[in-house]
Amino acid sequence: MSSFITYLINGISLGSVYAIIALGYTMVYGIAKMLNFAHGDIIMVGGFTTYYIASVMGMPSAVGVLGAVVVCTALGVIIERIAYKPLREASSLSVLITAIGVSYFLQNAALIVFGADTKSFKSVIDIPSLSLMGGTVTVSGETMVTILSCIIILIGLTAFINKTKTGQAMLAVSEDKGAATLMGINVNRTIAVTFAIGSALAAVAGVLLCSSYPTLSSTTGAMPGIKAFVAAVFGGIGSIPGAMIGGIVLGIIENLSKAYISSQLSDAIVFAVLIIVLLVKPTGLMGKKIQEKV
Amino acid sequence: MGKILEVKDLNVYYGVIHAIKNVSFDVEEGEIVTLIGANGAGKTTTLQTITGLISAKSGHVIYGGTDITKTPGYKLVSMGIAHVPEGRRVFADLSVYQNLMLGAFTRSDKAETEATLSMVYKRFPRLEERKEQRAGTLSGGEQQMLAMGRALMSHPRMMLLDEPSMGLSPIYVNEIFDIIKKINEDGVTVLLVEQNANKALAIANRAYVLETGNIVLSGDAHKLMEDPQVKAAYLSE
Repeated sequence: MSSFITYLINGISLGSVYAIIALGYTMVYGIAKMLNFAHGDIIMVGGFTTYYIASVMGMPSAVGVLGAVVVCTALGVIIERIAYKPLREASSLSVLITAIGVSYFLQNAALIVFGADTKSFKSVIDIPSLSLMGGTVTVSGETMVTILSCIIILIGLTAFINKTKTGQAMLAVSEDKGAATLMGINVNRTIAVTFAIGSALAAVAGVLLCSSYPTLSSTTGAMPGIKAFVAAVFGGIGSIPGAMIGGIVLGIIENLSKAYISSQLSDAIVFAVLIIVLLVKPTGLMGKKIQEKV
Repeated sequence: MGKILEVKDLNVYYGVIHAIKNVSFDVEEGEIVTLIGANGAGKTTTLQTITGLISAKSGHVIYGGTDITKTPGYKLVSMGIAHVPEGRRVFADLSVYQNLMLGAFTRSDKAETEATLSMVYKRFPRLEERKEQRAGTLSGGEQQMLAMGRALMSHPRMMLLDEPSMGLSPIYVNEIFDIIKKINEDGVTVLLVEQNANKALAIANRAYVLETGNIVLSGDAHKLMEDPQVKAAYLSE
């Protein structure tokens, strides 16, 4: 029983990282109507930034995290401006291929800049682990901080979207860019803000991921990026609560299958569950019905 | 009163199709001017070019003395132009209230925005009754009212209305035209695009008739109603 609870809590923690990444995917999809496959690689950049500031330069971890957020936000906005904005009127296939290109570009640029050797990441979280149920269940500081961050981000993001003008503008742009323009909303600026937020979240996810799984290489972000994409689709792409639930469910399934079924098969099981969900509910768990526009 | 809007020698293309051909017209401050014409005559394209949703190949759009031909569409709202688009295009997933507040997106004066909101609720009591409801669940007539209310929320000097009566039941059609007249009486200049030429000419001061991208007739709305050519082509109901 106690080992089940440990696996479950670790699953929720891993799922929280997926959820934070999935939020970026889903927001960008909802507002810019594109799949930003370079999103996962922003995580890697966030990890390296923190690694260089905290481990190499020896500055406090908080500065490392802040640095990662600043660098990733700027990177996200620059990528959008240079690679995606010129393709606003292009077919979605062109945009998709461009996004995959940006992803490879980031991975290879990281290989040149940071080298091919795997770095060992020093956790930024310095909180003692917690013993539960008479010491049979141990929850690490990383796990607690990850789950807590995920909750704070969800609450913060929901408040931002519902309470601020920029948040309302994002909802308007996600539904109808033309009508949003007629409201006086600068659509390009709104899309840039979305990329900035998504990339900042990816930086946080990168730091949390590397703190729990402390290895860092140029492809660190690739697999979590794909898993988070699966989580976003699973929950219903475009839906914020969907990305959250999708991420956490995915993390739990992955961890429990690793523990009880097979660690080699865990990814296969994750994707099998995705296929089953999409067969039953093609729009994902919280996905909206696709409305036909006249 | 001076000219609030002047369109000069406007040419618009969709790829190779010459949709708007040397179109010129003007609107005086305080007027209701209507553009009538058949489906595909270029009425919607003209409005979309004015508000920057489509760019012109050549020609000029001058609003309040300023050339706005190249001004990005989103900047025009704070200059006083509100565009109620064809097919209403309310934000279906958002509440009526959220839609209205998006209409006031460019305004930062909270107290005055609240005052405009109560004015809009007074003009459209049904919107107040349904303010928490998702806009997508409203009837066509109610959505048209929401689209107009949303445009009023920006406190416009000039309102462009694209086919406000399209797809509505006759009762709603009458109500919508009454409201347009009242909005105009409150001091908002109106440029109205309509297929329902009868109703549009009845409330307008002046009218322009568009045919395949050309203005073929123009003049006093009531005189045009008596014009045999107009009668035959557009008032045949």
